[in-house]
Amino acid sequence: MVDRVRDRVDADPDVALGNTGKAAVRIRGLHKAFGDVRAVDGIDLEVGAGECFGLLGPNGAGKTTTIEICEGLTPPDAGTVELLGRSWQRDADELRQLIGIQLQETQFPEKLTVEEVLRLFRSFYRRGMTLDEAIALAQLEEKRQARVGGLSGGQKQRVAMATALVGDPELLFLDEPTTGLDPQARRHVWDLVERLKLAGRTIILTTHYMEEAERLCDRVAIMDHGRVIALGTPKELIAMVGGEDIVEFAVGLKATADASTTLAAKNAANSARDDSSGRGQGVVNVETLKAIPGVQSHRVDEALHQLSVSELHTAVPRIFAALEEQGLHLSEFRTHSATLEDVFVRLTGRNLRDE
Amino acid sequence: MNRLELSSLYQLTVTRFKLTLREPEAIFWIFVFPILLALGLGIAFRNRPADVLPVGATTPQLAQALAANKGLRAMEMDEAAGTRALATGNILLLAVGNGNSVVYRYDDTNPDARTARMIADRDIQIAAGRHDPVEAQNQLMHETGSRYIDFLVPGLLGMNLMGSAMWGLGFSIVDARAKKLLKRMVASPMPRWQYLAAYLLARLIMLAIEVVVLLGFAWVVFRVPFRGPVADLALICVLCSLTFSALGLLVASRARTMEAVSGLMNLVMMPMWIMSGVFFSPSRFPAFLQPFVQALPLTAAISAIRGNMLQGIPLGHMMTPLAILLAWCAVPFAVSLRIFRWR
Repeated sequence: MVDRVRDRVDADPDVALGNTGKAAVRIRGLHKAFGDVRAVDGIDLEVGAGECFGLLGPNGAGKTTTIEICEGLTPPDAGTVELLGRSWQRDADELRQLIGIQLQETQFPEKLTVEEVLRLFRSFYRRGMTLDEAIALAQLEEKRQARVGGLSGGQKQRVAMATALVGDPELLFLDEPTTGLDPQARRHVWDLVERLKLAGRTIILTTHYMEEAERLCDRVAIMDHGRVIALGTPKELIAMVGGEDIVEFAVGLKATADASTTLAAKNAANSARDDSSGRGQGVVNVETLKAIPGVQSHRVDEALHQLSVSELHTAVPRIFAALEEQGLHLSEFRTHSATLEDVFVRLTGRNLRDE
Repeated sequence: MNRLELSSLYQLTVTRFKLTLREPEAIFWIFVFPILLALGLGIAFRNRPADVLPVGATTPQLAQALAANKGLRAMEMDEAAGTRALATGNILLLAVGNGNSVVYRYDDTNPDARTARMIADRDIQIAAGRHDPVEAQNQLMHETGSRYIDFLVPGLLGMNLMGSAMWGLGFSIVDARAKKLLKRMVASPMPRWQYLAAYLLARLIMLAIEVVVLLGFAWVVFRVPFRGPVADLALICVLCSLTFSALGLLVASRARTMEAVSGLMNLVMMPMWIMSGVFFSPSRFPAFLQPFVQALPLTAAISAIRGNMLQGIPLGHMMTPLAILLAWCAVPFAVSLRIFRWR
């Protein structure tokens, strides 16, 4: 499935582009090493005009290096980057005027007010928004006269976004826009990105939050070890897992207090075959499970079994029955809709947050 | 927004100026500290009647002869007590009488002791019957311009120009680098030269204020003289400030942390605080050190300021210090532009 998606991209880039066939960003054969570390190890990507494109991956996957090469801040060792039909070698000054950039961990001077920071950045652009427009877009009206030092993390991040927007850019780069924010501040930033999407701007963002990529991005490239390991719309990528839902369970011989293990609680009485607690004491017959209609695949990670399942409503009773037949009882059981996280796990065998 | 507000150089300069003014510590070091120092030292070294020098004598005759002079405070003591008093600095000189001869014990590296030796010997010789062949009279004067405070104020001004330019540039550039603000600035269309030029422009505005405050204070309180053309003095101050800004830029061009830049700053400034003649004349240093001392930018700066204020020398006659300052401005500026780290 991975190969199928990538083959299609390689064969005809336009097909894979989002809304239109016109590429805003064209990356070819990008390589960048820092010492022995190959941060970016051969990347080809195209992003269509008006598309919101996500680079998703764990820390150290090469997302930031890739985006900083695109931003003209890091020169690549090999490969080309074309933004809006221009290149950094020939048209650097023009490109700087056309793109907006939000970097990871920029700290603006604490003793300047929000308005002063934005007025300063506005003066760098030949054309752009008025201050009032930029402040309204970032919903910072109430903090206009406040000093940056007194803002919350989410507000500071919106100041950073506003500095990227004052030049009214055609193309916007957001590097981990919500990392380190609390859930409410994150939703606030998402609202802002969604408004920018509606206004038709091309956005490239990096994130290691699955839900963020699923919610905001038209297409996502999953990166690992400097390479793109999967590319497609969130739906296409999730379909690669094989089922729409994920069933996770552990078998143990001692009941736990997990709220989702009502079945385990029921079976607790007749399951005291082994006194040792924890997962994986019973041996699961994987082939039996895989034979159940709707179960697409199975993997086990630290004794937590994961099945990707279609037809959840018919498969789950059969899974219960099969485990009962094997004389096992459940110590944990839960289901969730398949996410990009599951895609990543499926592709790499690792969890995104295993760092 | 009007056209001025849309000018990036204007915005960068105004921003830099505001940030300096919003830093209370910076305001203290730039404006208040030199005034406190001038006030303290001006009071400590105000012109007093000549010091009375304590001396000892081993015989009543000698003690009597010495006590007649108002410039000496003579005490009679035996030789052992006198030796102890000498060793502890309670007296500067011990006159040991031995029949018709006298031996002076004193430290000839101490100027006060040498003075005491001359006065004591004269008084003892006169008391013993010496007549001077030439009659001499004294006419005392205390002229403005030869006091310690007159010597000190140009030194403090030079030190202040160095400190505010180097700290002002060095710290804020490294701070912006550590906070990834420099990287964010070069990710915008801002012309890079404007970022550095804004530092220099904001520095020149601050310079005008700080020079007027310090010299105005010195003039009002101590009546420090301004013998040279004031326009020359202004030019010298601008040149000094640019020179030390260039040095500050060089020190800050690579450092990534505040600790690193603090260490480098102190390394660069410490020799100049000691040797460049802020508090005493640099000619006190031995001859083999003089080429080094004279080549320091702060030595040249203070020498030019003293030449203007105290001696009224026109710019055209101070080419050596001005050339040294220019060299210290041009070379570090060129080097730092070449090696400057934006991220």
